Amino acid sequence: MQNPLLVDYVPILIFLVVAAAITIVMIAGSYLLAQQKPDSEKVSAYECGFEAFTDARTKFDVRFYLVAILFIIFDLEVAFLFPWAVSLKDIGLFGFLSMAGFLGVLTVGFVYEWKKGALDWE
Amino acid sequence: MANIWFDLWHNSFWHGIAGRGITILAEVLIVIVVLLIFVAYATYFERKVLALAQLRMGPNVVGPFGLLQPFADGLKLMVKETIIPAGANRVLFLMAPMLTFTLALVGWAVVPFDDGWVVANINVGILYLFAISSLGVYGIIVAGWASNSKYSFLGGLRSAAQMVSYEVSIGFVIVSVLLTVGSLNLSNIVLAHQPFWMWLLMSPMLVVFFISGLAETNRPPFDLPEGESELVGGFNTEYSAMTFALFMLGEYANMFMISALTTMLFLGGWLPPFGIMVAPLTWIPGILWFIGKICAVMFLFLWVRATLPRFRYDQLMRLGWKIFLPFSLLWVMVIAGVLLATGTLPNPQ
Amino acid sequence: MIETIAFYIFSAVLVASAIMVVFSSNAVHSVLFLILAFFNAAGLFILLGAEFVAMILVIVYVGAVAVLFLFVVMMLDINFSELRKGINTYMPFGIFLGIVLFIELVFLVFQGWVAPPSGGPALAAPAPMLTEISNTRALGQLIYTHYLYVFQVAGLILLVAMIGAIVLTLRHRPGVQRQRISVQINRKRSESMVIRQVSSGAGAPKL
Repeated sequence: MQNPLLVDYVPILIFLVVAAAITIVMIAGSYLLAQQKPDSEKVSAYECGFEAFTDARTKFDVRFYLVAILFIIFDLEVAFLFPWAVSLKDIGLFGFLSMAGFLGVLTVGFVYEWKKGALDWE
Repeated sequence: MANIWFDLWHNSFWHGIAGRGITILAEVLIVIVVLLIFVAYATYFERKVLALAQLRMGPNVVGPFGLLQPFADGLKLMVKETIIPAGANRVLFLMAPMLTFTLALVGWAVVPFDDGWVVANINVGILYLFAISSLGVYGIIVAGWASNSKYSFLGGLRSAAQMVSYEVSIGFVIVSVLLTVGSLNLSNIVLAHQPFWMWLLMSPMLVVFFISGLAETNRPPFDLPEGESELVGGFNTEYSAMTFALFMLGEYANMFMISALTTMLFLGGWLPPFGIMVAPLTWIPGILWFIGKICAVMFLFLWVRATLPRFRYDQLMRLGWKIFLPFSLLWVMVIAGVLLATGTLPNPQ
Repeated sequence: MIETIAFYIFSAVLVASAIMVVFSSNAVHSVLFLILAFFNAAGLFILLGAEFVAMILVIVYVGAVAVLFLFVVMMLDINFSELRKGINTYMPFGIFLGIVLFIELVFLVFQGWVAPPSGGPALAAPAPMLTEISNTRALGQLIYTHYLYVFQVAGLILLVAMIGAIVLTLRHRPGVQRQRISVQINRKRSESMVIRQVSSGAGAPKL
């Protein structure tokens, strides 16, 4: 425990353990306390009253993947911005222009996306 | 003889750790218990506010002014049957609500409630909160998939795409705040002194952040994942009893978290409003200011719910990707440019 | 001592969950084990004092990349028993890749980590950074100036990824009506309604 940085993280670990324990106790407590009497109608999937006629796991719109991929790209952009925002005073105008170039390249991609209609949900 | 053992224990390596550990444990328990009480009363508060907005009475039967209503609801959910659908993946089905609720709790480990009142004062507090909020998507998507029901799956999918879309704008807003602070530590962010014109420059970001927060917590007007008219209950269609209650509690705890983040990033945390440090305002303890500000933002959440109709999905996506994303990115560069040009960048820490 | 215990716990869970990623029969479980592995890697980074990298690992890999993985395995409706059939065909190539990666790792371990050429002040003195300046700031001082070219190339790679994703996945459905807000708002009263004087008994005149 010599590293002062690590001492800061111990409470988070304890917090995580306590929070997880509380959730487990809540679910297990309710499970034990309440009467459990499942029957075939009760445990069937909700489908507005009729029998489900297709599997719930079907193919979905490819657009959801596109959103996820675009999200990864912009999330990385945000990740690059964090250290930049903190150290902008150290790196000054050069750092600012460097980031402007990086964002400029990505803005080209963003404009392409927009023009292609990738951002429209149909 | 007993003395020797005591001395050994007292001087040992483990004694210091045990003492510190018990302190931390007590802190953690206090934070969680207080948070849960607030969450319970948020449900009551919400029903009262909505009722008043619609000229009704709201809960008023259980206890004086219906104040015991949250406990009655909790008790009822506790003694209901936990239904696990036949086709469900049992482990993941039970894991999803636990994940949602645990994540909603652990974020509070780094929140400073007053000067120095923080369970874990880590250097990268704001990144930690950003990470926790980006994990929130899992509880929902796993719940949707594990239920093996079409409504759940569609709801989970929509919710995941929605949360992911607004996450980016939230990231840019956080970056813009960091520019004016120069530190990732939440206490430093609260304490950073900002001139009035900076506050003006930041105010559009406050709006973007709050609206993205509404979308991130799946609150009205962005409550499409549980759009009752089309998806029954969304990702929690198949949930009952305590598993459902955990999703519910998680949602309210997340609302508190967004309110707390708004308070810390923009409203000055535990400091008196607008950083006015004059006598009558400084007498009030910081934690009361903090709680008061959180409750004010919470009220805004409920007010929005009482006022606005639900967005359509394409409108939601357009707002996130075509308006908030380019605007917040541009604004980050504007703020950085202004700070650089006027030489008012903060000293990094 | 606790540091050592934590290191072994994180490493053991990391390796165990990595093995489970490969051997789980359900692909969704594989992705969830992968997420567990990421978390333990983040824990190891924190033990090293690299808190910024740990958080970014969680934000980018768990919060974004694994979400995409989960989307894919949940929705593609892959028939896994059919996929299994192909395993013998691809096995030799897989083993070959594994061996190459392993040899690279062995080289790295025995050669030792080669320090990059010294540049900024933060590079020259990596040790005191932990206590004197936060590692977020230290990274910021280097990425945007000393590693400018690499940084810009990263931007270009992201651009390629963005365009590639759109080219590969974007399909427009014909006949979809979109909302055009500007058209809606710019509509004038004169374009949308006419007031007519109707004499009683004659009915509305034909438009």
